[in-house]
Amino acid sequence: MLPDPLVPALRFHRVNYSASGVPILKNITGIFPKGKITAVVGPSGAGKSTLFRLCNGLRPPDSGEIYVNEKPIADYDPPELRRKVGIAMQNAPMVDGTVMENLELPKKLQGKRLSEREAFQWMDLVGLESRFLHHPAKELSGGQRQKVSIARTLVNRPEILLLDEITSSLDPVSTQDIEELILRINGEFGTTILWITHALEQAIRIGNYTWVLMDGELAASGEISLLRSPADERVKRFVKGEED
Amino acid sequence: MNVLTLSLALIFVLIPLLLAKTFQLDLERDMVVAVVRSIIQLLLVGYILQFVFDSEHFLYILLMLTLMIAAAVQNARKKGAAIRGIGWKLTVTFVFIEVLTQGILIGFRITPASAQYIIPISGMVIGNSMVLAILFLNRFTAEVKGRQEETELILSLGGTPKQAIHQPLIASIKASTIPTIESQKTIGLVQLPGTMSGQIIAGASPVQAVQFQLLILFLLLTTAVITSLLLGYLSYPALFNERMQFLQEPSD
Repeated sequence: MLPDPLVPALRFHRVNYSASGVPILKNITGIFPKGKITAVVGPSGAGKSTLFRLCNGLRPPDSGEIYVNEKPIADYDPPELRRKVGIAMQNAPMVDGTVMENLELPKKLQGKRLSEREAFQWMDLVGLESRFLHHPAKELSGGQRQKVSIARTLVNRPEILLLDEITSSLDPVSTQDIEELILRINGEFGTTILWITHALEQAIRIGNYTWVLMDGELAASGEISLLRSPADERVKRFVKGEED
Repeated sequence: MNVLTLSLALIFVLIPLLLAKTFQLDLERDMVVAVVRSIIQLLLVGYILQFVFDSEHFLYILLMLTLMIAAAVQNARKKGAAIRGIGWKLTVTFVFIEVLTQGILIGFRITPASAQYIIPISGMVIGNSMVLAILFLNRFTAEVKGRQEETELILSLGGTPKQAIHQPLIASIKASTIPTIESQKTIGLVQLPGTMSGQIIAGASPVQAVQFQLLILFLLLTTAVITSLLLGYLSYPALFNERMQFLQEPSD
């Protein structure tokens, strides 16, 4: 039997991006399949974080087109796009105030409120104890802040969730917590997840699909198994380097 | 005071010059430039004012005000070079402040509509507004840079540019107006304000001098708050494009 054809949640078509004249992303064409977890891997400076900022509409591509559900992102109202394609940033920035104020932020930006009951539900989902609700968010540990950051992004109920190296500074226990959380979000809500990680073992353990970015180019993309036996020479060297 | 007594006042220039030389402060050149410039500029202004006061012609008053505003814009714009169109934003701010304050003063007959009042008061208002604008732009540039992450976070969660820049904007408006408010709290306790001192020296009664000084203080309070608010709300849209993207380059 043939496998189901992949439906793209996000599609890049010949996308280029440069900053201060330096090319960061070069002619990127590819898809992120709907409902899957895609691990985005590649050496530092390959353009992974920039790629996410383009998906969320925080940066404009110089040329090419990006589609969300086959509709060009330029056709979306920017706040609508950003709620649909949520991003949790690498260092989990918090606004001044409590965990509650941070969780309520996405609602407040739309002139709505978040009840304490809803806040507790989100905290429960990400595995954060309810006693932290009125705790100053900036005083939490790295792992706790990442959980608040993910919950805060989820409050917008995004269809696509972008996670930018969210476990890079966490201890192994917190990392495992977050990995389980990602699998749960993907399983329970069917959320399409794009995950930047520098840990190839983690990518293989959690991801279904992968993009390998190297020097601003999409060196390889496909089922996660390609990381075990890459065809491309550059990808082979990268995988070998990471294993060493 | 005649030219001879004024020449004797140069003693107050010689003292710091000698000290700077003795202690190798390397400030002599700047001091000489400052002294020469202030002599030339003030003498020039003195003669021009004399001419404008004598003629009492509306066009000359307008020309003086235009020159003041142009000089203030020129001075303040360097601090806001990162903000697109800062020149006209400063111009709108200073013109608005000038029209508002003179409108109230003359409209309610608080001061007479004569060059003798319009020009010195405008000088204080525009000068103060310029200092406020510089304070605001300095702080706003730093706040925007320092809170870049938070600004992008709010945008990424579906916030508008106005929501994303709210904190840096409010912090900068507050920070720039605080010195004016604070200095007014202690005024008269430590030093007598310039306008009042000038009037007393010129022979006015201290009570009358105080009344005029109070008017100036209230004017400057309005100037401070309106300058920061107006400039703030005119400036922030330049930091974003029509796709609600933050135009600051990311630091990494």
